[in-house]
Amino acid sequence: MSTGNMNLTLKVWRQKNNKTKGALVDYKLADISPDMSFLEMFDVLNEQLINKGEEPVVFDHDCREGICGMCSMFINGRPHGPKDLVTTCQLHMRSFKDGDTIVVEPWRAAAFPVVKDLTVDRSAFDRVIAAGGFISVNTGNAQDANNLPIPKMQADAAFEAAACIGCGACVATCKNASAMLFVSAKISQLALLPQGQPERYRRVQSMVAQMDAEGFGNCTNTGACEAECPKGISLENIARMNRDFASAKFISEETV
Amino acid sequence: MSGFGNAFSSSIGKKFIMGITGLFLILFLIVHCGINALIFISDGGLTFNIGAHFMATNWIIRAGEIVLFIGLLAHIFQALRLTLQNQKARPVKYAVNDGKANSKWYSRSMGLLGTLLLIFLVVHLKDFWVVSRFTGIPTVDANGHEDLYAVMKEKFQDPVRVAVYILAMFSLCYHLLHGFASAFQTMGWNHSKYNGMIKRAGVWYSIIISILFAAMPIAVYFGLIQ
Repeated sequence: MSTGNMNLTLKVWRQKNNKTKGALVDYKLADISPDMSFLEMFDVLNEQLINKGEEPVVFDHDCREGICGMCSMFINGRPHGPKDLVTTCQLHMRSFKDGDTIVVEPWRAAAFPVVKDLTVDRSAFDRVIAAGGFISVNTGNAQDANNLPIPKMQADAAFEAAACIGCGACVATCKNASAMLFVSAKISQLALLPQGQPERYRRVQSMVAQMDAEGFGNCTNTGACEAECPKGISLENIARMNRDFASAKFISEETV
Repeated sequence: MSGFGNAFSSSIGKKFIMGITGLFLILFLIVHCGINALIFISDGGLTFNIGAHFMATNWIIRAGEIVLFIGLLAHIFQALRLTLQNQKARPVKYAVNDGKANSKWYSRSMGLLGTLLLIFLVVHLKDFWVVSRFTGIPTVDANGHEDLYAVMKEKFQDPVRVAVYILAMFSLCYHLLHGFASAFQTMGWNHSKYNGMIKRAGVWYSIIISILFAAMPIAVYFGLIQ
């Protein structure tokens, strides 16, 4: 941990678009405050690049509060950098030392093509959700809250799965670029609740089929996704998804 | 298999095949290790040869052997298919990837460990399986059974072969350390009341099986059993 301001060397992936090849480019940054967030450090870099008349580094970000799932940087070989349970925007420069070299790359997966520099296209996730990550309900008056009793443990597990912000760190860190942690969280958050039951087995089949169609890899249970997930999504969800998938394919008579 | 749709062509279906065949091979190793451990009775291989004779002549075991080879081949080919697919899922590699920060090296090296085991298996099958099934065991013991024990004693006089067998058991141990619990997770058998038990059973199983297997060439080479 540093207390004074730091001088850093950044190696940042620059890539014009999906058609061209990219490369790591070195940037020297002086006088970086340890209180800055990682993205604020990138803002400083971009200010300097703009002042020099160069192209700023393009990167995804939105809320900068660690809840939207937009920021996506692979920092020194880890998604969202060296800290556990934080997104890149909540990573602070005090986690680095004066004189450090920091390598920053985009998420790398066939299903996440690079748009430019550090920004990748994660709409594959949207299409997985659209394939079945929803419940069909009639509109009208809200039901009485106690109409559908849900055991506390069940509700908590659903809530924990629902904490997934869809950032894609699981895909980025997985040696197989597998999306199973994401997909299983999105399946579990509904499979655990009564409202998710009518479409439960149709959902798991559709979402897994879409996940496969997007070109994500296959899970080998290394557990890297769980370790790197900024929201601490559990591998238990993957087991639940596998269970539901088996039930859907081998027991349920409903085919998709 | 019209009723099952695309169950086995999907990513999870392929994993099911890996998991089920993996668990099947884990069960097989118990039988294999148990019968082989009869050499530790140290009675000149008489009991071991009874076991070997039973395994070679009982029709249920013979049928099981066919299933075993099918399971083994399915495990290997499915792994190959999955690995190729997984490599396609990340065409551009990271310049820096700190894998050790989030996962065990052996969980990321199942393909390498499996390949080492496959190479070992070719050597191992040639050493014993081909001899007992095809080329024939030259001598018989006091009970009149084929003396597979004598074949084993002769093979393990070669220090290079003993070293290869021991190294292979390190591969086996690490392959199982990940594979055992991983198979349960893949099959969806994940439950907070049993997870710890499965993990511990996997670690103990991997270590005990590997040590027992490695002890066999060592014991024979150093003449610790008669």
